[in-house]
Amino acid sequence: MSSSKQALAHPASSAEAAPGTTPGAARGARGRGGPAAPDSWRSRLYRWDMKASPYAFVAPFFVLFGAFSLVPLLYTAWYSLHDVQLSALDHQTWAGLDNYKNLLSSDFFWNALRNTLSIGVISTVPQLLAALGLAHLLNYRLRGSTAWRVVMLTPYATSVAAATLVFTLLYSWDGGMVNWVLHFFGVDPVNWRESDWGSQFAVSSIVIWRWTGYNALIYLAAMQAIPADLYESAAIDGANRWQQFRHVTIPQLRPTILFTVVVSTIGATQLFGEPLLFGGVSGSKGGSEHQYQTLGLYMYDQGWIIGNLGKASAIAWSMFLILLIVAAVNLLLTRRLRKSQ
Amino acid sequence: MTTTEATLPREAGRRRGRMGAGKQLHAGPVTYLVLTVFALVSLAPLVWTAIAASRTDRRLAQTPPPLWFGGNLFKNLEAAWDQAGLGTAMLNSVIVAGTITVSTVLFSTLAGFAFAKLRFRFSGVLLLLTIGTMMIPPQLAVVPLYLWMSDLGWSNQLQTVILPSLVTAFGTFFMRQYLVQALPTELIEAARVDGASSLRIVWHVVFPAARPAMAVLGLLTFVFAWNDFLWPIIALTQQNPTVQVALNSLGTGYVPDQAVIMAGALLGTLPLLVAFLLFGKQIVGGIMQGAIKG
Repeated sequence: MSSSKQALAHPASSAEAAPGTTPGAARGARGRGGPAAPDSWRSRLYRWDMKASPYAFVAPFFVLFGAFSLVPLLYTAWYSLHDVQLSALDHQTWAGLDNYKNLLSSDFFWNALRNTLSIGVISTVPQLLAALGLAHLLNYRLRGSTAWRVVMLTPYATSVAAATLVFTLLYSWDGGMVNWVLHFFGVDPVNWRESDWGSQFAVSSIVIWRWTGYNALIYLAAMQAIPADLYESAAIDGANRWQQFRHVTIPQLRPTILFTVVVSTIGATQLFGEPLLFGGVSGSKGGSEHQYQTLGLYMYDQGWIIGNLGKASAIAWSMFLILLIVAAVNLLLTRRLRKSQ
Repeated sequence: MTTTEATLPREAGRRRGRMGAGKQLHAGPVTYLVLTVFALVSLAPLVWTAIAASRTDRRLAQTPPPLWFGGNLFKNLEAAWDQAGLGTAMLNSVIVAGTITVSTVLFSTLAGFAFAKLRFRFSGVLLLLTIGTMMIPPQLAVVPLYLWMSDLGWSNQLQTVILPSLVTAFGTFFMRQYLVQALPTELIEAARVDGASSLRIVWHVVFPAARPAMAVLGLLTFVFAWNDFLWPIIALTQQNPTVQVALNSLGTGYVPDQAVIMAGALLGTLPLLVAFLLFGKQIVGGIMQGAIKG
């Protein structure tokens, strides 16, 4: 509950403490209690070690992360302003904002954006709601509680590729398990691969299947950190189980819920493997009519199937901007919510 | 004397926590019923993969779908193994995921320790930067990485896939959060007083204290690296695939044999499922711990 606050508070406090104080030197002198001559090579080495080692310890992370994530981020922006073709990588010519203009006037881009949003919503919302309910159940005193948790998490261990291949078969038109089960409920078979909402639902269900258990565990962890006295006093006030869930659990979970919403949103914006494999041969197009072509797929299609890497870079940066906007909206909404309560 | 004083409140807190847990309501039959449904939904697709992998393509196309095992399992497994080159793919995935795991755990522990316990200029800013970068999607790096790797003549080689994943911001933050609490500052100070160098402290104090979190981070990283999809599929071809790339090629074959595809999916998932049977408890604990501290 307070953990996220701690996490944010600490860097600030350590930043304040860092300049000025030289705790290491003081401590070293106190600890040695005299015999260390101030200028011996050993104590000089020691002081140098104290100063340099923190940087040596964080350096590998920042060097590798910088080289393979931050620098490429900037290069992607650079390439997005160029004409870069897969077939002629050495011929890169300045294109200005052409790639972006191209995108904005492309129906496929808007289609992909729409699909990303709609698949994102129908995969994230049910997933998090189910995870919340599941976590609530797992929070009861259960026989074999660990076994339940492990079972709920097994889909997380299944790769995108394996899971999607299985679901594709389950959703097949002829002899697919899903249509077969539906027929017992008197529902006509759905063409899960060709229909608009059907295919989007199918793709979403793969995401939901893989991530619900994972999110449930995150909620469960937060639920277990809620002090028991809150429930006790709520019970004394005459709150029933549902009211306790509504008025104690949910408010206490709000930071965690926000965390999962942000993480799932990021995941939804990048959705790639599920629609790619669900589409089979026409995977990168997101189905015959681009019904489930997401932005991630669109980028892959433009960059590596069609071979326009400059345009792919522009798509990547558009995705990043969209993500930032979504994050900002998220933040604003939570601020609003907090103020209104 | 001082130690008892120091541990007393913590003990009391823990006891209260346990009492709180004791007040937790016992699950009723409805809870067990709903959980069973959830569990079935979680496991059924995996079990059915095995069923489908033991049938023939023709049988899978018929209604009703098969609900029990047939006799074709080993034939299909063999076909999938050969068609997708799963032997090479498995070896490649083990090399890739193994290297990434060792490197991520090692460097995350070092950086996490520095952020948790050492004082240095800009540490606060650098930590915020680390947390902030967790939001950068991998898509933003793939075009330059692809161009650089082609320039180096490294297309289709394993280091292409390994290099960009050697460290993660998540790992660094995860270890930092763990070490803040799990590593007593007095222990480091005591070692300093004894004149231990920073490297000795890392080896004799930090690594032992971090071992449980290192194990968990290792498992999580391995699962992530084994299942990674976007970059391997761009960087590698069918000639030198990881398991995911090989599965993708099985699924996009022009004359797909569904039973063979299911056999491939089964083989590709099996290593992780076995790991899950062995370490499921630790992975669950790790995710919950990462959540509660993040």
